[in-house]
Amino acid sequence: MSARPPAARARVLAFALVFALVLAASGARPAAAERLIAALSTSRVLIAANFTGADVVLFGSVERDAQTVARRGGYDIVVTVTGPRENIVTFRKQRVAGIWVNADSRTFVSVPSYLTVLSNRTISEIADVNTLRRTQTGLARTLLPQEISGDIADSIRDDPFRQAFLRLKIDQNLYREQQNGVTFLAPSLFRAAIPIPDDAPTGSYEVDVKLFADGVMLARAQTALEVVKVGFEQFVANAAHDHGLFYGLVTALMALVTGWFASVVFRRD
Amino acid sequence: MQIYLPIAELPVNVLLILFMGLAVGFISGMFGIGGGFLMTPLLIFIGITPAVAVASVASHVAASSFSGAISYWRRRALDPALALMLLTAGMIGTTTGVWIFTLLRRLGQLDLTISLSYLLLLSIVGGMMITESVRAILRARGGRPAEIRRPGSHMWIHGLPLKMRFKVSKIYVSVIPIWVIGFFIGFIGAVMGIGGGFLLVPALIYLIRVPTGVVIGTSQVLTLVTMAYATIVHAATNHLVDALLALLLMLGGVIGAQFGARAGQRFSGEQLRLLLGILVLSVGLRFAYDLVVPPADLFTMRSVEESQ
Repeated sequence: MSARPPAARARVLAFALVFALVLAASGARPAAAERLIAALSTSRVLIAANFTGADVVLFGSVERDAQTVARRGGYDIVVTVTGPRENIVTFRKQRVAGIWVNADSRTFVSVPSYLTVLSNRTISEIADVNTLRRTQTGLARTLLPQEISGDIADSIRDDPFRQAFLRLKIDQNLYREQQNGVTFLAPSLFRAAIPIPDDAPTGSYEVDVKLFADGVMLARAQTALEVVKVGFEQFVANAAHDHGLFYGLVTALMALVTGWFASVVFRRD
Repeated sequence: MQIYLPIAELPVNVLLILFMGLAVGFISGMFGIGGGFLMTPLLIFIGITPAVAVASVASHVAASSFSGAISYWRRRALDPALALMLLTAGMIGTTTGVWIFTLLRRLGQLDLTISLSYLLLLSIVGGMMITESVRAILRARGGRPAEIRRPGSHMWIHGLPLKMRFKVSKIYVSVIPIWVIGFFIGFIGAVMGIGGGFLLVPALIYLIRVPTGVVIGTSQVLTLVTMAYATIVHAATNHLVDALLALLLMLGGVIGAQFGARAGQRFSGEQLRLLLGILVLSVGLRFAYDLVVPPADLFTMRSVEESQ
């Protein structure tokens, strides 16, 4: 019957399209209805004066229902924790007139200040390269956009600046890839310890959990944690940043008081 | 015992920082200098970024020079008029220095500039001090008088206009060289995180001919004012002053300085200058070593502000 008004027909079409998209996005087969649930031991890491690093524990469970097909190869979990983004300049030293100076530089734009990838086995065994690349799984496959003569793009993987960037970040314990970082406690229950180093930048950290089976990504769960300075540390950092002049005056006054105090205590004449 | 530094954003060992303060304080008390030229490199060495180190050491130097200035003031061993002239120019120098510091930091050349300035300044000054003091020691051994000041002789500096009489120092000189010295000390203080006492004292003695009795007290007044001012300006513009780090350094520094001052009385002026010269030169050579020897890693990185 063609009596249906065109607006209604368009609505039906749109609905069908959205449904198809949802189906496609949810990992194709409706029968593969695994759901991923993840929770953190704490959602706030507090930096106080005695902070020397911390571990945040992530617990997760793979929920199956009656129609879920059996996975012969078992489940694979990859946990990616991404810290606040920052711009970083990488310098390359060169010998100029006998001394080593920063000659070349490359700016990495909006890259994670902290990045940890935890998995239950070697990432390259979990899925094929294309899947891993598409889902940005693993340090080597994370996008690290650089500013190259005005354009912003990721470079080839063996670009020396990109490699140096990863190496320096790994040396500072800010980037990390741990192939045994996820432990299965039961076939569908897993645990991962997210290390927060002592010099971790403050801000919001995204935690992204991916579930793979037989080389396919089945489900994904997101949560977040926050690294914040508290108490005295927060007070000082805020004061330094928001009331710089006042903070400077107080620091200078503190210097004068300390100096005066010493001259009184150790007075010899 | 670890403590997390709020601005440097890393944990450090409290005892290590206190000990560094004590050791540098001891040396500064012994030679009557601020000790910034030792403290800044030490902080960089334990992993604090050069920018935070330079900004935080300023307040440490202010503390130790204030305790020094008070004791010289009690003995009336300083020249207020001369100090005033030096520090007007010194404040202008510090302001310029902080501005250059901010500029270099934006260009990514701050670390290199700090290293190169240390290398040049410390090697030249250290070398000059060693030569001069060795000559003086040899002259004293040979039985000739050690005093090389000839009150009648005039250099070109003494022919400059704008002459002023400084009553306490009993000198009548142009203010132009005094302003130049004050400006330079203020400038390098802000850029390199040093009080500049080890430069200022010889400059005042040899160029302006300030009597040795008032020179250290006067120089400490200038150091105090420029460093306190540098702390305020660094805090207001670059937000890099770590008050907690500064406090730990100050506590160690002022205590160490007292013991250093006692130890210093056992040596003659020439011996002290020789020791200081060797110390200054070796810090300079340490910077030269880092610049000349191929680095273990050619790459370094630094985060930049979002505004760029």
